[in-house]
Amino acid sequence: MFEAILVMALGAIVLGAALGYAAVRFRVEGDPLVEKIDAILPQTQCGQCGFPGCKPYAQAIAKGEADINCCPPGGDEGIHKLADLLGREFKSLSAEHGIEKPKSVAVIDEQRCIGCTLCIQACPVDAIVGAAKQMHTIVADQCTGCELCLPPCPVDCISMQPIGESVETWKWKYPVFKIAPAQREAA
Amino acid sequence: MNAVQRLFGFHGGVKPAYNKEASTGLPIAVAPTPTLLVIPLHQSIGGVPRPLVKAGDRVLKGQRIGGADGNVSSAVHASTSGSVVAVEMRLMPHTSGLSALCVVIEPDGCDEWIPRQPFDFRSATPTQTRDYLRDAGVVGLGGAVFPSYLKLNPGKTGKLDTLVLNGAECEPFITCDDLLMRERAETIIKGTLIMREMLSAGQVLIGIEDNKPEAIAAMEVAAQAANQAAGDSSIKVVSVPTRYPAGGAKQLMRVLTGIEVPHGKRSTDYGLQCFNVGTAYAIYEAIALGQPLISRIVTVAGNVERARNYEVLLGTPMRDLVALCGPRADSDRVIMGGPMMGLRMPSDEVPVVKAANCVLVGSKQLFPPPPPEMPCIRCGECAKACPADLQPFEMYWFSRAKIFGKAQEYNLFDCIECGCCAYVCPSRIPLVDYYRFAKSEIWAREVEKEAADVARERYEFRLLREEREKQEKAAKLAAKTAAGREKAAAALAEVEKPAVTPEQDAKKALIAAAMERAREQKAQAHPENTINLTPEQQAEVEAIEARRAEIREMAKPHLRQDD
Repeated sequence: MFEAILVMALGAIVLGAALGYAAVRFRVEGDPLVEKIDAILPQTQCGQCGFPGCKPYAQAIAKGEADINCCPPGGDEGIHKLADLLGREFKSLSAEHGIEKPKSVAVIDEQRCIGCTLCIQACPVDAIVGAAKQMHTIVADQCTGCELCLPPCPVDCISMQPIGESVETWKWKYPVFKIAPAQREAA
Repeated sequence: MNAVQRLFGFHGGVKPAYNKEASTGLPIAVAPTPTLLVIPLHQSIGGVPRPLVKAGDRVLKGQRIGGADGNVSSAVHASTSGSVVAVEMRLMPHTSGLSALCVVIEPDGCDEWIPRQPFDFRSATPTQTRDYLRDAGVVGLGGAVFPSYLKLNPGKTGKLDTLVLNGAECEPFITCDDLLMRERAETIIKGTLIMREMLSAGQVLIGIEDNKPEAIAAMEVAAQAANQAAGDSSIKVVSVPTRYPAGGAKQLMRVLTGIEVPHGKRSTDYGLQCFNVGTAYAIYEAIALGQPLISRIVTVAGNVERARNYEVLLGTPMRDLVALCGPRADSDRVIMGGPMMGLRMPSDEVPVVKAANCVLVGSKQLFPPPPPEMPCIRCGECAKACPADLQPFEMYWFSRAKIFGKAQEYNLFDCIECGCCAYVCPSRIPLVDYYRFAKSEIWAREVEKEAADVARERYEFRLLREEREKQEKAAKLAAKTAAGREKAAAALAEVEKPAVTPEQDAKKALIAAAMERAREQKAQAHPENTINLTPEQQAEVEAIEARRAEIREMAKPHLRQDD
C-alpha cells in the first residue's frame, strides 16, 4: 500500500518536473494562433473591422472578442479560411462593417492637391509620397486600397480606381461548358 | 560515318495525325510588308519592356523600340523603317482578348536598316554578350519565348557536356523549323557554334523527328562541313522517333541523352542545355550580322487553300498573313500554335509575335466542337500518356475541387500542358483547361500573398516609426526644459544669493525669466500706426481718446447696475 503510493508520488514528481522543464525550455514566443489568423487577413489595414489594423483584429479573433465575418476586403473567401482554421461555422459578411469591393488603388488628382500632408499621416502603409505644400502622389504598388486617405483630404482630390485586368494578371477561367440541347435529325 | 547514336525513350506520348505535308510543298516565302505594323512591347517571358519611342518618331528597321526591363526581359525592335503612329493599347495575341501597350508603325517602304555591325563575342565578356543578346531581343522561338541570354550561361561548373538543338517539331501542322532546316541549315550550324562556344559545350546533338528526312539530310551536310572544318565529329544530327511531344525540351533531352532532369532542378546542373533551331538562327543573325530579331518563320496552315511557310515581320496582322494563303469560306477561328498546345486568338487582327510559330486557321469541320464532358471513370489512360510522368487524374480532381495545395503536391507545375492526357481521355475531359485554371489561380494567390506580406511589413514599420518619433519628441522636450531651467537658475544665482531650496529657486527663476521676457516684449511692441504722426493726426487721436474716456465715464453707472 505504502509502496504503491510512493511509486505513484515519485512518478508524479518526475513527470511534473519534466513537464515544468519543457514548459520553460520549449516556450512558444507569441501566440501562434494570432500569427495564423493574421496570415489569412488581407493586410489592407483599413480598420473597417473596428480594430486599428489587421493584427489587432487577429488578436481579437484569437481571444474570442470579435467575430470572423468583420473583414470586407478579405471577403467570403477570407471568412471561409478563418472558419476552417478555427473550426467554426461560416457566416456571411457582416453588413455593418461594409461590403466586399473590387480591389482598387487610390489616385491623387495632382491638379487639385494642395499639399496638406493629411493623407500622408492617414496612410497605414506609408504609400503616399510628398511634403508640406508640395504635390503628393501614391505609390500604386504599395497602396492596399484601404480608403483611409479619403476622409482627411480637405479638397477631395483622392479617388479610388479599381485595378483592371491586364494580360499579365489575367487568369484562366474555371472550365464551364454551356449545356445545349442535342440537335435531333429530322425524321 | 557516325556511329549509331543510342536513343532512349520517354514515358507516354501520343501519335496524332501530323498534317504536315500541306505546308512543306513550297519553299519559305517572304511575306509582304503590311500597311500597318502593330508591335506589342511584351513578347517574351518576364518584365514588360519600356517604350523608347513616341508617336511621330521616325524609326529605322532594327531600331530598339522597347528596352528590356528587369532581370528577365527582352528588347523589341521596329520590324521595318517608318513612322510611329501611336504607342497605345491594342488587342494582344492572347486568349484573354485583353489589350496591352503596342507600338504602331506605318512603314515608309524604304526598309532602311540601322547601321549593322557584327558583335565580336570572343573579345567581349560573357556578361557583355548576354546583354547584347538581351538588347537584340533574342528569345526562344520554339514557342515559350524565354529570353535566350539567360539560358546562355553554363552554370556553376563553367562548361556543359551537351548542347541539344531541338528540331523535333512534334506538333501537328507546324513545319516552320522543318523548312528552316531544309533551306538554312548552314546558318543554323553557325549559330549553334556560337552558342556552343558561349556555353563551352562538348558535343552538340541535333534532334530531328524521323518524319523530316529532307531536314535531316540538309542538317547532316551542314554538320559534316562544320565537323570537317574543326577536325572532329562533335556535332551529331540524330533522327528521333516521331511521337508527340518529342519536341518538349525535357523529353528531347531524355531521348537523346537518357538524362531525366528532376523536379526543381535545371538542365545545366546535369550538363545539358536545349535550344530551338530557330533560336540558333536568330543568334547567328544577331551576333554575326548585327541584326536584332525582327522577323520569324511562320507556318500558315489548316483551313486554307495554299498552306505555306512565310518569313514574317513581327507585328504583321495575322489577317494579312492568312489572306496570302486563301482561307476557305467556312473558316471561323485563328489559332496561334498547333492544334495540341495552340491558343485561340480573340480576333484575326492580332499581330504575329515572337511566339507565333504557326497561324492555324480553323473551322467547325476541321476542329469540331468538343463533345460533352463526361465524368472521370478513373481508367488511368491519362497517366499512361503523360510524358512528364505525372498523375493527370489526381491533378484534375484537385484542380476541379479547387484544392490547389494538393494539386501542387502532385507537381502541377511540372505539367507542360502538352494535351496528351486530354487527347486520350475517353470521357473527353478538357484536362489542360483545368490545369491552366489551377496554375493561374495559384500564381494569383502567390502575388496576393506577397503583396499582403509587404503591406504587413510596412504597417509594422510605420507603427515602430511612430513610436520612435513619439519617444524622440518627448526626449527632446525634456532636454529643452531641463536646459532652460538650468540656464535660468544660473542667471538667478548670479543676481542674488539662494535663500530657498534649489528646486523652488529654479521655479522662481523660471517665473522671473518669463516675466522678464514678457516685459521686454511688451516694451518692444508699439502699435505701428501711432508712430511718426503729423500734428493734425495727433490732435485727432487725442480727441478720439477724450471721447472714449467720456463714454467710459458714462457707462460706469450702467456697468455697476449690471454687477
